[in-house]
Amino acid sequence: MLTRRHTLRLALLSTALAVVGGPVFAATPTSLNIFVPAAPGGGWDQTARSIEAAMRKDNIISSFRVEHRPGAGGAVGLPVFVSSKKGQGDTIMIGGLVMVGSLVANNSPVGLNQVVPLARLTGEAEVIVVPAESPFKTIKDLIEAMKKDVGKVSFAGGSAGGTDHILAGMIAKSLGLDPRKVAYVAYSGGGPAQAALLGNQVSAGISGVGEFAEQIKAGKLRALAVSSPNRVSDVDAPTLKESGVNVELSNWRGVFGAPGISDEQRKDLIALIEKMAAGSGWKYELENKGWDGILLTGDAFKKYVDEEVIRITAILTDLGLKK
Amino acid sequence: MDTLAHLANGFSLALTPINLLWCLVGVTVGTAIGVLPGLGPALTIALLLPLTYKVDATSAFILFAGIYYGAMYGGSTTSILLNTPGESASIVTSLEGNRMARNGRAGAALSTAAIGSFVAGTIGTIGLTFVAEPIVRFALKFGPAEYFSLMVLSFVTVSAVLGNSALRGLTALVVGIFLGMIGIDLQTGQPRFAFGVTELLDGINVLIVAVGLFAVGETLYLAAHGKSGPPEVLEVKDSIWMSAADWGRSWKAWIRGSLVGFPIGAMPAGGAEVPTFLSYWMEKRFSKHQHEFGTVGAIEGVAGPEAANNASAAGVLVPMLALGLPTSATAAIMLSAFQSYGINPGPQLLDTQPALVWSLIASLYIGNVMLLVLNLPLVGLWVKILKVPEPLLYAGILVFATIGTYGISRSVVDLLLLYAMGIMGYLMRRFDFPTAPVIIGMILGPLAEQEFRRAMTISQGDLTIFLTRPLSLTLLIIAFLGVAGPWIWSRLRKPAAV
Repeated sequence: MLTRRHTLRLALLSTALAVVGGPVFAATPTSLNIFVPAAPGGGWDQTARSIEAAMRKDNIISSFRVEHRPGAGGAVGLPVFVSSKKGQGDTIMIGGLVMVGSLVANNSPVGLNQVVPLARLTGEAEVIVVPAESPFKTIKDLIEAMKKDVGKVSFAGGSAGGTDHILAGMIAKSLGLDPRKVAYVAYSGGGPAQAALLGNQVSAGISGVGEFAEQIKAGKLRALAVSSPNRVSDVDAPTLKESGVNVELSNWRGVFGAPGISDEQRKDLIALIEKMAAGSGWKYELENKGWDGILLTGDAFKKYVDEEVIRITAILTDLGLKK
Repeated sequence: MDTLAHLANGFSLALTPINLLWCLVGVTVGTAIGVLPGLGPALTIALLLPLTYKVDATSAFILFAGIYYGAMYGGSTTSILLNTPGESASIVTSLEGNRMARNGRAGAALSTAAIGSFVAGTIGTIGLTFVAEPIVRFALKFGPAEYFSLMVLSFVTVSAVLGNSALRGLTALVVGIFLGMIGIDLQTGQPRFAFGVTELLDGINVLIVAVGLFAVGETLYLAAHGKSGPPEVLEVKDSIWMSAADWGRSWKAWIRGSLVGFPIGAMPAGGAEVPTFLSYWMEKRFSKHQHEFGTVGAIEGVAGPEAANNASAAGVLVPMLALGLPTSATAAIMLSAFQSYGINPGPQLLDTQPALVWSLIASLYIGNVMLLVLNLPLVGLWVKILKVPEPLLYAGILVFATIGTYGISRSVVDLLLLYAMGIMGYLMRRFDFPTAPVIIGMILGPLAEQEFRRAMTISQGDLTIFLTRPLSLTLLIIAFLGVAGPWIWSRLRKPAAV
């Protein structure tokens, strides 16, 4: 766990204001604690940093405290958040699809139903690539090879049970193949997985668009398809759906409130997020990071999370990762 | 423009007063965090990322590179003086380094580590400047089968630390492999041996085990079996600097260590620890001073691994700058810093951002010189730490180890693990089990297992994949010769002698 204090003069000032003029601004928090259940540098940490940058830029909130509790795709951080932040209306946790998968695969006793879904903020499409020298020119070629002998087509991607593995399993299932037979080669990060692809060690690779975009642009990897409902501007490749594979997956990230916050506090936090998402600072962050701004708040987001839990549990069961 | 012209341009950008200052700040901070167990360069750079909002790109990367190199220097200091490695690539340094320190040769050990780091860092940086392309092409030839064979070769190195009883040494190795298995299995996503403890899901940090076994274990051993009477002070026997003989024994080890460390560092799954094991094994094998290893401490055993870990640090930057591949935690965070400047790191980085990349490389040369200038005079100061009476010194080590471990994750579970490992270290020492194989098993075991399973997934369970790929076969043959070579050699020579 790490703490980072931004003790700008402004921050001190606003804290002082919060103490002195408390009752006046009681409704909206004047400082925000962001709990990141992952290590600094990853996607959730970047989301936290982008929220901070956007809110500062648009003068929504200027005092932040970011806390990290990394481990196991959020399965280590979530129990800590649930037990230590109860009722804190000025604290949000970053989370997303990866956490849904990790909680299921690890049979975690603590679930996302114990925190308060506030908003889905971003989505990132997954892309399926092959090395430049690969005989597979289109997604159809790859699918044909999988249908012929699924074990022969090896996929490199992130850790087992993560977004990349889930997509591989969904594709196999939609082709009528056994997801467990997919030759999935798990790597701990984007770097080693990309190296395996560049060295022509595996047939194909799956990862977030951002991870592979530069290699694709340089012509070292060929993009065959993206997993989003619509094509992605960065990558010249069809969607899976238009290629006849009925699969859609977005690596979404969002924010959650602490358990036991009042309905008022929940509404204030959602209003805060909505205000940020409408501002120019957030638009800049989305563009810079290559994320889709797929804002969904409140009850609609809660429903979405519930559906994702059911969907992901099913696919992880098919993959043999949920006992 | 050719390489030299680019480099000259890089120097002109890196030598501005403000960038020199950033470089100095970087290497100083880096040395400090290298000294502390726990806080590594990756975390430090991550915590400094908000700086990128305020500082221009060149300065920020010069700072980050300084921190990275500095941490590699600093890690050896506590390994040698306190048997408490500051980061995982310095664990091997403590094997001989601490023995030397306890035999009054701390100055020579620290000097050979500092100068060796400088030599290796410079060789590595030269490699990065001139042979990055071919090295990267070679490194990409390594697939899971080759990595597995490399790990098999690395396992041979355990023979250098087995001690008197092979059975005891191998038992320790198996304990290490078991500790390495704890946590979520990457290939299946399932937790192993975590017993429902969420803190164990991501595995046990190898530094906690090393510090527990080495530093805490030794402290407990001394407390239990130490002499009573007036406290004894470790003596600094000879001059604190290296003698002519030390130079003669060190320089070859520096070169050998650099040559092992740089290419393995450049491999996407090579890591910084594997070359230190290989270097230690080589030094012990080829040394004419076998009796000093594990007793009074052999200077080659410090010089080689220290050079290997610094050269591998330069190696890690090769795939990062040549291909935009983040192959270590530190490289991944540096790449994410590129993004906050709107620079997309990738294979075209060298073409699109030549000024930035070359000033970064130039700053590595400068940083290396600064680190040498910073660290050598400190040797005299560091050695004084050993003048502290033993009971106080060991109490200090215990406090230091505890704070460092708590700093890694602020988790009480980690502290309990540290002390559990300390008790295990005490028992192992008491019953004459070597502790170093535990660390080797813990680092190599999971690497070998993951690569083996990756290779099996790709080959659909065909074991001949390890023998049909030339690089893999070559590595296995070297490993075989490493084990059986001396025996075959003696068989071949006997008839000749008769």
